[in-house]
Amino acid sequence: MRYAMAVDTKKCVGCSDCVVACQTENDVPIGYCRDWVVEVMDGTYPQLEIELRSERCNQCENSPCVRCCPTGSSHFAEGGIVLVKASKCIGCGACIASCPYDARYFHPKGYVDKCTFCIHRVKEGMQPSCVAVCPTKCMYFGDLDDPHSDVSVVLRKRKSKTLIPEAGTKPQLYFLI
Amino acid sequence: MATRRQFIRISTVSAGAVMAGMAGFRLLASELTEGQKATMAALNKRTPTYCEVCFWKCAGWVYKNDQGAIQKITGNAEDMNCNGRFCPRGTGGVGMYYDEDRLKTPLIRTEERGKQSFREATWDEAFDYISEKIKKLSADYGPECIALFTHGSGGKYFTTLLKALGSPHVAAPSYAQCRGPREVAFQATFGQTLDSPEPLDIRDTKCLVLIGSHLGENMHNGQVQEMSDAIDKGATIITVDPRYSTAAGKSKYWLPIKPATDLALLLAWINVIINEELYDKAYVEKYTYGFEYLKEHVKDMTPEWAYGVTTIDPTVIRETAREMSNAAPAVIVHPGRHVTWYGDDTQRLRAVAILNALLGSWGRRGGFYRAESAALPEPTHPPYPVPKRTWRTEFPDLYKLADVVLANGVCDASVPDPSRNCKFHGWIVNGSNLIETLPNRANTLRAIEALELLVVIDTMPMEITGYADVILPECTYLERYDEIRTGPHRKPQIALRMPAAEPMYNTKPAFWMARELAKRLGVIDYFPFETLEEQLDWQLKDLGSSLEEMKKVGVKTFDRPNDDLFFTPGEEVEFFTGTGKIELYSTLLADGGFDPMPRYTKHPEPPEGFYRLNYGRAPMHTFGRTSNNPNLTDLMDENSVWVNPRVAKEWGLSTGQYVYLENQDGKRSEFPIKVRVTERIRWDSVYMVHGFGHAQKKMRRCYGKGASDASLITNVMLDPIMGGTGMRGNFVTFITDLVKEEVAS
Repeated sequence: MRYAMAVDTKKCVGCSDCVVACQTENDVPIGYCRDWVVEVMDGTYPQLEIELRSERCNQCENSPCVRCCPTGSSHFAEGGIVLVKASKCIGCGACIASCPYDARYFHPKGYVDKCTFCIHRVKEGMQPSCVAVCPTKCMYFGDLDDPHSDVSVVLRKRKSKTLIPEAGTKPQLYFLI
Repeated sequence: MATRRQFIRISTVSAGAVMAGMAGFRLLASELTEGQKATMAALNKRTPTYCEVCFWKCAGWVYKNDQGAIQKITGNAEDMNCNGRFCPRGTGGVGMYYDEDRLKTPLIRTEERGKQSFREATWDEAFDYISEKIKKLSADYGPECIALFTHGSGGKYFTTLLKALGSPHVAAPSYAQCRGPREVAFQATFGQTLDSPEPLDIRDTKCLVLIGSHLGENMHNGQVQEMSDAIDKGATIITVDPRYSTAAGKSKYWLPIKPATDLALLLAWINVIINEELYDKAYVEKYTYGFEYLKEHVKDMTPEWAYGVTTIDPTVIRETAREMSNAAPAVIVHPGRHVTWYGDDTQRLRAVAILNALLGSWGRRGGFYRAESAALPEPTHPPYPVPKRTWRTEFPDLYKLADVVLANGVCDASVPDPSRNCKFHGWIVNGSNLIETLPNRANTLRAIEALELLVVIDTMPMEITGYADVILPECTYLERYDEIRTGPHRKPQIALRMPAAEPMYNTKPAFWMARELAKRLGVIDYFPFETLEEQLDWQLKDLGSSLEEMKKVGVKTFDRPNDDLFFTPGEEVEFFTGTGKIELYSTLLADGGFDPMPRYTKHPEPPEGFYRLNYGRAPMHTFGRTSNNPNLTDLMDENSVWVNPRVAKEWGLSTGQYVYLENQDGKRSEFPIKVRVTERIRWDSVYMVHGFGHAQKKMRRCYGKGASDASLITNVMLDPIMGGTGMRGNFVTFITDLVKEEVAS
């Protein structure tokens, strides 16, 4: 099982619903976030292009954060999801420094926190909360080992990219372009 | 061509940036968070609601955590307005409940040693104060001198109260400050208004034309969802906007039009569609009236003519007209929503309606569908007293086609004026921050000053509450019942709102307030049910449901009485217009002494050194009413003024710098606003999101954050047809030599 997510930049309107849905689902304190929206704009008026994308932990297969965690708090869980075991986290911040995507933050309760692909929901057969809430339905989630999963299907049909591929982290967050 | 790249992180502070000094703690709590536990908890802990953060009224579920506190809100999958997906504002609706700056108890204005302030009051004191005043005003001037301004669910009960007292003056800024011109234009053309949600079959359209709609930034949930479906299906999107909007970024064609010239483009499109015979001939023949007049009317309005006006390349005008025609009848020229721009807005929307008629999209799949609503019985009560006079007596020859009470009309008539016999002495303002909603603030304040009674009902201390004599704190939509939501949509559907929690603080639902006032004013007969619960159950049983059932399902859908979502081929259709046809030539407008077909007139342009002030929405905020919501402020806590790099260079402006804006009348923004230098805006205009720059200190999170566009709208261009207040004729310049700190102190 290999969980992955694809975000369709052609449909995302940058509304940030994914951010607030994640915050209320996962008790992410106000002022912090596990996912966020980026706008990249190119060109001069009126020849312009814009890309909007909802970003989060890339759930890398080759995860610098897991590798550098001194306590084993950052670990791979089922489906390749990278999780932080809060009770083992000493808050050293090595993982935050190692992440090329700036996807982790210090939770005010004293541990490092990040996107879990809402594994607690996925286990119950639900979509991650960002995917479930998105008004543009621009996010696809599922198991890459299952050729019929939403994410497998859309990645076969559409051109996609990953962020900072040169970091060699093998991200599992794809962007449809 | 030189490329400029701009990277912006839209939402929330950079995660990694918030740190320092946090290391070394061990987590003692269990590993699942409250929110996660709420998800896992049994579904029977959820209660149904429909959202009140905007007017779309999406139905959803409110979830509580183990401590019984409201945790999160999600969409109801059966709801046709949201299809199980709330927008960021709906998801962030929890913040409305938890906002610690909420109004907490009734307040009555006091005056001590020349200083105006409020004292906390009991509900009885507040109601006694109001009812004594209303009795006195009714005795002195007649009950018609009381007006209600309203937005949102609670307005229904105060409307009943007002009508029971004998006043017909119920005004909603959502008409003359928003979608009124559109409703009049579509009424004149198709014999019916569009209402909300608009009956647009966007999901099946092949061509969506956005002219005056920044869908995606205005988060009209169902429409944003359907636009996304249309993108998936390969629909062509054509966006007309002087600003490179989010929707423009998803469009095959973006027409970067010169502001204030949209009507010229629409007329040129009509010209091309007629001259190249791109219109739906059978449809036009069968259903429309006045085609020959229209053909003659637009014959000189060529793309070449429009080029000189709009700066849009004539080949692009032709190409886009052909795209529409190729897609027809599955094409939508979007009617927009906030359309009060230049005072000729009814005519501009008429052009939109005519274009749709020529393309045959009204009543067709991928165009406009026939909406259905569920019908609920109204509680029986004595007939309302017949008012002795109405607002119209103040404006005998103006705004003939306004079919509702104009908020700005009531406001104007409240200002003491020697030439006018002032007619309004008491205002009840429900959920409508008139200071920000009505243009020309100085005029609004003059009206307020002369009032003998101003009652404000709201959940938050808005600017308007500062001027109130009595403030009635309403509980939020998460803490109350309200009327059943009845539609309209593709099928009749009803949705229930019930309290997920007891009202926090000393707040109460509007129904209870209106009823308590009715008791004191001797009109309790108009409120036959003691509680809203009883009324809802009675109404639902009439529909074959019950309150008990609705508490479980939240939403219930009914079959359409007839299978007539779209016209059937050759169907005989009667339109509610003067001729019974779709009127390309409007007999209604002609009879009123107006142009029966739209005509372009040139609007004033910005003077040297000034830029047209355009404003719009951000997807995470509704007007100014969410600016203090902790969850939504976290996504966006101030607005910025968008400035083209050419302009920025001229003024030496850079992104992140704070400036004041000053308009053509010397009105300066109360607070400075952050500059955003971006290629996404034309050099002749600036843009800002509406709803910021709050001057109400009691909203601690948003006070002084950003600038208010409303405060800079002093030039109002009135629509002679229906009284809409055109607000886009204001021009601003930059004041760069005052720094933020000076003013904040």
